[in-house]
Amino acid sequence: MTLARTDHPQRSPAAFRAAPRSGTRHRRARHRKSRLTAWAFALPLVIYLAAFYVYPLYRNLDLSLRRYTVRSFVEGDAPFAGWANFDQVLHDPTFGPAIRNTLVFTLVSIAVQYGAGLALAVFFNRRFHLSGLLRALFLVPWLLPLIVSSSTWAWMLNSESGVVNHALHLVGVSPVDWLGSPHWALTSVIIANIWIGIPFNLVILYSGLQNIPADLYEAAALDGAGAWQQFRRLTFPLLRPVTMVVLLLGFVYTLKVFDLIWIMTKGGPGDSSSTLATWSYRLGFGSLLPQFGPGAAVGNVLIVIALAFGLLYTHVQRRQEA
Amino acid sequence: MRHLYRPFVAAVLATGALTSAAACSSSDGGGSGGSASGAYTFWDPYPQFDASSDWAKRVANCGASAGVTVKRTGMDTTDLGNKALLAAQQGNAPDVMLVDNPVVSTLVQAGILNKARDLGLDTSTIQPNIIGAGTLDGAAYGVPIGANTLALYYNGKVLKAAGVDPAGIKDWATLTSALQKVKAAGKKGITFSAIGTEEGSFQFLPWFWGAGGDLTKMNDPGGVAALSLWKDWLAQGLAPKDVLQNTQTTSWQEFATGKYAFGENGTWQLANAAKAGFPYGVINIPGQHGGSAPVPTGGEFVTVPVQRKTGRYAVSTKIVNCLISPTSLLATDTTLSYIAPLAAVQKEQVQRDATLKPWVSAVAAARGRTSNGLGTKYPVISQQLWTAVQSALSGGKSPQGALDMAQQAAASHS
Repeated sequence: MTLARTDHPQRSPAAFRAAPRSGTRHRRARHRKSRLTAWAFALPLVIYLAAFYVYPLYRNLDLSLRRYTVRSFVEGDAPFAGWANFDQVLHDPTFGPAIRNTLVFTLVSIAVQYGAGLALAVFFNRRFHLSGLLRALFLVPWLLPLIVSSSTWAWMLNSESGVVNHALHLVGVSPVDWLGSPHWALTSVIIANIWIGIPFNLVILYSGLQNIPADLYEAAALDGAGAWQQFRRLTFPLLRPVTMVVLLLGFVYTLKVFDLIWIMTKGGPGDSSSTLATWSYRLGFGSLLPQFGPGAAVGNVLIVIALAFGLLYTHVQRRQEA
Repeated sequence: MRHLYRPFVAAVLATGALTSAAACSSSDGGGSGGSASGAYTFWDPYPQFDASSDWAKRVANCGASAGVTVKRTGMDTTDLGNKALLAAQQGNAPDVMLVDNPVVSTLVQAGILNKARDLGLDTSTIQPNIIGAGTLDGAAYGVPIGANTLALYYNGKVLKAAGVDPAGIKDWATLTSALQKVKAAGKKGITFSAIGTEEGSFQFLPWFWGAGGDLTKMNDPGGVAALSLWKDWLAQGLAPKDVLQNTQTTSWQEFATGKYAFGENGTWQLANAAKAGFPYGVINIPGQHGGSAPVPTGGEFVTVPVQRKTGRYAVSTKIVNCLISPTSLLATDTTLSYIAPLAAVQKEQVQRDATLKPWVSAVAAARGRTSNGLGTKYPVISQQLWTAVQSALSGGKSPQGALDMAQQAAASHS
């Protein structure tokens, strides 16, 4: 960008006027050549993006706009259906609960993950004995395969033999039907998801804290700022760019969480823990007779939501930079 | 333009990870195509058997006797149907494929299975109710490799302690009172699987049919009675609440703890039952007012998917014939703990192992889920049925309300 701007004419009109015409042409040719080189460098990336992002997106859109039966799926001659799949999905009794659950799941997960992650990051930022080891231990949820952690949570929350209910029993609380009750199923998967998401927030926020110069705190301390004031007036504002990244990535990651919910509750009982992601999968692959069209339509709704927040993020970021 | 474009690309990138999850990408089925190479591809839903297992050796031997090598892939049963559709779309379906019987009608609907008759496979000796699940418009689209079904396993020790005689369980009332006695004796009643998948419907069907339920009219009194029975068991604490998440495997694990009097489970658990460490027995699932309830047939069909190179069928047929020969069936069904689909082989199975006797009679009385012209309507109905079971048992809805909604949803689907 800066290179291109240096030989822009309005930069130095005097020099431009003095230059002979042939020089301009020469310069223009060189400019074209360097642009070609630039494109050649970008080409692998463009091919990669086309093959792994644009084409699947296109396929998903195509699936959602056609009326697929198993036969037309195999033969590839499904008739164009316009918005019929979207219409069906929007009027499905599952749509309302799925949207609501998706938002509750995502927002509650992110809020608690971020809060806990930030608290832990601040805690670990002051070095003490074993802090490195403890911090490493907090990463464990991130390292475990999701199938392991989800199955373990499902087992711990089991209403009959789960360790959580056993612990509740020991302190005199009556057992909770965590996964089998429509009132608790969503809460249960949110709890498990928060546990899985804290390390991500911790790591990024911790590295953000490391980048805040220590002398700022010294200066603040000299000015008489207490621990809370230091956090509120220094740490939190200086972490804002990192916070934005953590929240957006967290949003996109959480929005599409599928395996955790599927393993723990299958979106049930009823639709009580169905999100758009699990519903999309259930339509496409959950029964013996796949409904690819509506399944893809739900997937696209999910993409649009994520895209909207992505745009919001870039918008906010640009305003911050300006 | 550029101004707008940049944030757009950035946002697409940020959300790009989503697409891989949401797109029903077609790249899955590739890799093991059966085009020009000499190897014949073979898919089955038995991932538990590795290359050293008897089953894998039998498949390899059948290939060898047909003069080819067989490349076998075992995958999860729910994956198999979807993978088959994707592979057929890509034109690289396997040469021979074992699929769960209710999937057959879906694959036939997709037009990717050959008729057994066209391949020259003889199905005349197979029990009609077993092959019924793979029969559409009078033509069979595969051959059952074996059948299994559901019955009630009981724990003799628990029943004895509670003073219950299993022979006295003739209908739902006697079963429920037996469960109450067991509970009064401090043990647990019955465990089953009411999970929100096909397994949940499979387990519910004996009760549904046992009350005269009709899958095309789910909200009839019969269906409501069956769902009320399950709901009452949960409400009275005769069945655990976690049946809602139980697969048939986890339900079995509950039963195997020795705390439960009854467990609804399949033929395939027989080998585990012997290892359970307590005296067990098997009774047929009772109908509402007595007699044995009709149970759904389980088990896989050997099918030959449609290929572009029709010249491959001759060898595929040889492989299938080898697998379904009586000697091979006897060995296969013993390995899988299934009941053979042929009367002659069944007789031999019972001779070798007398505990199979109640299972043979249960299989004889079993119904295919997709039989009686239901075909691909069954998957739609089944999904609504398990949803209704889940919402009624979790307390969200009444049995009548849940089944009304299921019936409405299934009817509006066509």
